[in-house]
Amino acid sequence: MSKTVKLTTPLNDQQITGLRIGDKVLLSGVIYTARDAAHKRLIDLLNAGQELPIEIQGQVMYYVGPSPARPGQAIGAAGPTTSYRMDPYTPQLLARGLKAMIGKGKRSPEVIDAMIKYRAVYLGATGGAGALISQAIKEAQVLAYEDLGPEAIHRLVVEDFPTIVINDCQGHDLYEEGVKKYAR
Amino acid sequence: MREINVQEVTAAVKQAAMTANFELGADMLRALEKGAREEESPAGQEVFRQLLENARIAREKRIPICQDCGLTVVFAELGQEVHLVGGDFNEAIQEGVRQGYQAGYLRKSLCHPLTRKNTGDNTPAVIYTTIVPGDQLKLMVVPKGGGSENMSRVFMLRPAAGLAGIKEKVVETVRDAGANPCPPTIIGVGIGGTFEQAALLAKKALLREVGSQHPDPELAALEQELLTMINNLGIGPQGLGGRFTSLAVHINLMPCHIASLPVAVNVQCHASRHQEVVL
Ligand code: SF4
Repeated sequence: MSKTVKLTTPLNDQQITGLRIGDKVLLSGVIYTARDAAHKRLIDLLNAGQELPIEIQGQVMYYVGPSPARPGQAIGAAGPTTSYRMDPYTPQLLARGLKAMIGKGKRSPEVIDAMIKYRAVYLGATGGAGALISQAIKEAQVLAYEDLGPEAIHRLVVEDFPTIVINDCQGHDLYEEGVKKYAR
Repeated sequence: MREINVQEVTAAVKQAAMTANFELGADMLRALEKGAREEESPAGQEVFRQLLENARIAREKRIPICQDCGLTVVFAELGQEVHLVGGDFNEAIQEGVRQGYQAGYLRKSLCHPLTRKNTGDNTPAVIYTTIVPGDQLKLMVVPKGGGSENMSRVFMLRPAAGLAGIKEKVVETVRDAGANPCPPTIIGVGIGGTFEQAALLAKKALLREVGSQHPDPELAALEQELLTMINNLGIGPQGLGGRFTSLAVHINLMPCHIASLPVAVNVQCHASRHQEVVL
């Protein structure tokens, strides 16, 4: 039976191993945004043996390209983007201790294997619920790669950000198992 | 002859682009409410609950329904009695998009296809103009999201593939799309015409009111059959498993060449945004 869990970042292995597909996770604390362009730069740095602009260990990455904030608001609409574009870069970040990713859509077998190996989870946020999710984001600051505009790495402070566990670190996949259950 | 100044066109497009991004249509809200009542999977029910709440927040706080505020497609129906004055009609539409995306704090999501450099103002919009009888100008402004557009397809079937082949391709498109186009979706199907006309038929089919019946009883039955086949896939809201993968299937059909059977499937996410203005 799935459960509702409240978690605050940074995350540790124990918190991750307790999660199962279908669990609802309400996430609070600091998380980082990145899309493909920012991922590419992070991986280029790693491959060159250089330091990353953010500490990855225990952190959560959110795949999002928000709409502009109105004056007085932290952020505009901020729902997840499709995750598969980040797949080629993800295993290396998981190896560096990334504990969770938030996005929408299926991950590659390589990413799923790396989640098992390095103990991490993939969380789904509701695609297209950009206005709703914006209400859970209390602060947003550009942290790196400002030239990428909405694709820059932002540091977000979130409160009870609503997600659901799609891939747990046991290798289960809610997209596969949920669909099987309702297929006729 | 009736004169319309293109400045009015700019103002109308600007307003429609914003309204479309903030206010989900009444037909979509009814479809989401039906889903919330009838969905069996708990995860799916939660998705419907979130989407209804999302629509309410977007409308009240003028925050876009989705951060992907779309590539703007504009369907213009120009009455043949209208005389457009005051400037370039197409440029007036582009200017409306430019202004609406700026003033509405909407995300600019267009880039050069090769360099990937953002155009900065969400132009150029894709514009389709048809000349119709009358002295009015009807503008339908349709912000189209990338996630669902990416899952759309055109098939040039052999005529022998027939109805069975069409059904197979429609269902296959939705199955392969999985969670990517943000289900629950609307599926627009264009059958016939040419390669590009089939795609246009499919896109226009998305604009029909959700929950309305096709005027042709046979096509109405085919829409229902396809919807059942799609929902039997079990993909469900957001691909988490459930009864509602799609909320509706809409078909548009026209004659085609005796040697062809073009079929296009245009996938539309639940953020089905379109706003009509008549000048
Ligand atoms: S597919 Fe639609 S709802 Fe999903 S992110 Fe794209 S525009 Fe938004």
